[in-house]
Amino acid sequence: MATEILMPALSPTMEEGTLAKWLVKEGDSVQSGDILAEIETDKATMEFEAVDDGVIGHILVPEGTENVPVNTAIATLLEDGEEAGAAPAPAATPVASAPAQAAAPAAPTEIVSQADLTPDWPEGTPMKQQTVREALRDAMAEEMRGDENVYLMGEEVAEYQGAYKVSQGLLDEFGSKRVIDTPITEHGFAGIAVGAAFGGLKPVVEFMTFNFAMQAIDQIINSAAKTLYMSGGQMGAPMVFRGPNGAAARVGAQHSQDYAAWYAQIPGLKVVMPYSAADAKGLLKSAIRDPNPVIFLENEILYGRSFDVPAMEDFTIPFGKAKIWREGTDVTLVSFGIGMQYALEAAEKLEEDGISAEVIDLRTLRPIDYDTVLKSVMKTNRCVTVEEGWPVGSIGNHLAATIMQKAFDYLDAPVLNCTGNDVPMPYAANLEKLALVTTNDVIVAVKEVTYR
Amino acid sequence: MAAKKPAAKTNVSGEELQKFYREMLLIRRFEEKAGQLYGMGLIGGFCHLYIGQEAVVVGLEAAAEEGDKRITSYRDHGHMLACGMDPNGVMAELTGREGGYSKGKGGSMHMFSKEKHFYGGHGIVGAQVPLGAGLAFADKYKGNGRVTFTYFGDGAANQGQVYETFNMAALWDLPVVFVIENNQYAMGTAQQRSTSSPDIHTRGESFGIPGEAVDGMDVLAVKDAGERAVAHCRKGKGPYILEVKTYRYRGHSMSDPAKYRTREEVQKMREERDAIDHVRQLLIDGKHASEEDLKAVDKEIKAIVSASADFAKESPLPAAEELWTDIYAEAT
Repeated sequence: MATEILMPALSPTMEEGTLAKWLVKEGDSVQSGDILAEIETDKATMEFEAVDDGVIGHILVPEGTENVPVNTAIATLLEDGEEAGAAPAPAATPVASAPAQAAAPAAPTEIVSQADLTPDWPEGTPMKQQTVREALRDAMAEEMRGDENVYLMGEEVAEYQGAYKVSQGLLDEFGSKRVIDTPITEHGFAGIAVGAAFGGLKPVVEFMTFNFAMQAIDQIINSAAKTLYMSGGQMGAPMVFRGPNGAAARVGAQHSQDYAAWYAQIPGLKVVMPYSAADAKGLLKSAIRDPNPVIFLENEILYGRSFDVPAMEDFTIPFGKAKIWREGTDVTLVSFGIGMQYALEAAEKLEEDGISAEVIDLRTLRPIDYDTVLKSVMKTNRCVTVEEGWPVGSIGNHLAATIMQKAFDYLDAPVLNCTGNDVPMPYAANLEKLALVTTNDVIVAVKEVTYR
Repeated sequence: MAAKKPAAKTNVSGEELQKFYREMLLIRRFEEKAGQLYGMGLIGGFCHLYIGQEAVVVGLEAAAEEGDKRITSYRDHGHMLACGMDPNGVMAELTGREGGYSKGKGGSMHMFSKEKHFYGGHGIVGAQVPLGAGLAFADKYKGNGRVTFTYFGDGAANQGQVYETFNMAALWDLPVVFVIENNQYAMGTAQQRSTSSPDIHTRGESFGIPGEAVDGMDVLAVKDAGERAVAHCRKGKGPYILEVKTYRYRGHSMSDPAKYRTREEVQKMREERDAIDHVRQLLIDGKHASEEDLKAVDKEIKAIVSASADFAKESPLPAAEELWTDIYAEAT
């Protein structure tokens, strides 16, 4: 039976083309792979090959014809021994191949109706003082004791005991099979860790700082974050990428960047940025147990700071649950990571001026606890966000948009974003201070939204 | 095309030759059909065909054992068919349908099968190389004796992350076979215009990784080299490099006008070095199969491919709700 040879699509975007030249004529025998015609697309002239063996019956579209739609019959192909017969009428319209597109369903609701206000640990739990550094180490050690497949890899994590001493003692306890020093090749070892996660392990990758993770960001995003989706749920990367993020002190532009907003943009990643030692511990334990890739953003300045940590056997903090550090009635301050230091200091000073600020620590940036923020803003009617990162496309921008969409009628002033300034980090001590967000910036912003 | 190891000495049964013939022919016919469906607009986006390179995966799969892993780039259809994945599921993924391996959400470049230990299907040139070493890292950690085949092209062989990976794979004795499928063109750039030294298999030397060049148009030579590489890895001696010299008959992707090489060059390779013709000749010459036997195989393969195309056209589009699934795994 004669089959139709159709005008092919020769690029992802081609809808029509010019049939420049026929290289066969009616009655020619052709074999799979023979060139039948030259076709001009908007980008190039392409050779069009036969995919079946047979004899050219009728040429339906003469050479030189422009604007031939994809899927138009351009010739007929006969099986060996078949007669050509009468030429069929050229197909006027191409075969429709794209089914009608339904409207995209709405995203599953992200804003739950109730904020989770349950305490992180039971009332009366004994507390101990611990630095953020010690809390992070304990979290890793506890999870490594509990799961043989958890291992730590990164630069200087083993023999050197951690560039910032976060992994102190882990080599002694777990040995070199599970605490692995890598060469200084972030792209390569991040990729190896993602592959190991595909293969059933639970890697914890320490970046000496997240600035160096830019070398590895393709593996983090294209390989770790997207594979679960691209595989239709068959396989993903249960792992943690952790290390210090943001500015330390006087280390210049390439070592002083906050990546919170970058990673928070990526579906498939979870993003955590703790402030206190208790949160660092409880959230890192949750991160290691999570079956997804987690970005865990620490801060060098906070490593040595001490906080109360619950002395509990197995203590975790769930993702997507903000913490209200201070209740207040006049304005809501929303922050995370080291930004919390400025938010809390500002709240204390504002109290002296008779302004009562509620201070919320988001703790995780993907998922974000919108509900706790919205509930607070509906009470205070004012909001100021605080973060160290740059202003364009910041977490604060995103919160301001969300508050505008969900609580517009409750606002008595525009939401203001306190961020780092829109400059690479300078080295000079005075300029560095000017580049970073400060407690005073927060106070000024609060006075502005409270019209004081 | 320089072939270092002649295949003549390989002791191969008629049965095995028939298996190779069938598997290579399946890939070729499948790819031809995919090209046809692309032309009809049923397959969209990028589509990279494996036609010409069939002996590489078929020969290496013959050296693999159950449980061994494989990972490759976006030119992945042949690898999936060779490791036993269902042609229906692969073709339906190409058409972006519910019955595809990734439920239509991955496409030509992104398919996976946990069951067949196939780990993708990766679209960023060279990114699969550390991922493959990572799979081998996990196997070594577990001590399960498995080997990972990590495939990449001569173009990817110039990526920096490949050398970061060679270093760590050698440092940690990872059981990984790095298979460089040298089809002589990095997209449209010929090897001599992109690569300072033509012998890519020697690129592991400074890391202490042994490597050899293999005639990739000879499935028996590929299998032979594959067995040497796998034995090396399984003995705990670390990685091994195979530079398999092959040739891609079609363009880099469907939208490649292929102006960087002559039609005659392609034609010469097809006529003189075709891997399927080679096995066909061995079957006939060795009286392992008659012309009629092979015709029957051709017919059978055509039917499998035709059924896969029908399945891929009939399988429904994924439900709109699938937009929001598989972004995050739930804790178990």
